Amino acid sequence: MLEIILFYVAATVALVSTILAMTRANAIHALIYLIVSLLAVAVIFYLIGAPFVAALEIVIYAGAIMVLFVFVIMMLNLGAKGDAREKTWMKPSVWVGPALLTIVLFAELLYVISSAEGPVSTGVVGAKQVGLSLFGPYVLAVEIASMLLLAGLVGSFHLGRRYLDRAPLSELRHQQEGE
Amino acid sequence: MEGLNIPLNHILLIASLLFVIGMLGLMIRRNIIFILMSLEVMLNSAALAFVAAGAHWGQPDGQIVFMLILSIAAAEVAVGLSLVLQVQRRFRSLDMDSLDWMRG
Repeated sequence: MLEIILFYVAATVALVSTILAMTRANAIHALIYLIVSLLAVAVIFYLIGAPFVAALEIVIYAGAIMVLFVFVIMMLNLGAKGDAREKTWMKPSVWVGPALLTIVLFAELLYVISSAEGPVSTGVVGAKQVGLSLFGPYVLAVEIASMLLLAGLVGSFHLGRRYLDRAPLSELRHQQEGE
Repeated sequence: MEGLNIPLNHILLIASLLFVIGMLGLMIRRNIIFILMSLEVMLNSAALAFVAAGAHWGQPDGQIVFMLILSIAAAEVAVGLSLVLQVQRRFRSLDMDSLDWMRG
């Protein structure tokens, strides 16, 4: 019974913090709400019998990926001017149309998933089973993931280099329009 | 935790709500940082649906797909954030609409 209460509390926290993260003007505030949402999803993972995935969610998603976001936002140094500009972009005329479209899509999803039946979990699937399966039938997937991460590493190294930092394109555009 | 009696419906409902919220954020925000954050929310909700389906059948396959989604998200964020840094250096703005000029 306690687990069921915990599940619904964690689900509510995840939904509310995700909505708050999507509507903040300040990027750091949104990021903190997103971390709360990821931690709540990690609690859900633990409760449905996937403790290894819950640990990965906290260590890699909330730990590594979100810290990357924090570093980039700190490097960009947006400040209060950025917040004011974000607020002007959040008018109702901007979000009413997309909200209606996503509500329609959600209604369709609701219709599809209403046919799913049964309890979500029949027991714990631990790290041992996952590891046996990962390096057994799914070893090709591990190789593909490693190549993908290598490509991401090379790509971000290339894009992050300083020599790409020539004259800003906006100035270039002004020059060309002047000619 | 043996035999947790939550219907599979409810967790799929939560996953689809998170996906829809992420997609709404993707459509209404103009800041590139927020667009990347919405993509993270969408990937995470898909991963939640995979893990819930794997738990429903008592198989580890859903958790393996979760790890694949995790590495995809990490690679995507690394490339995306370095693109954000380049955009900020060149255009002095994070507005998506400043990228409407496809030369250079």
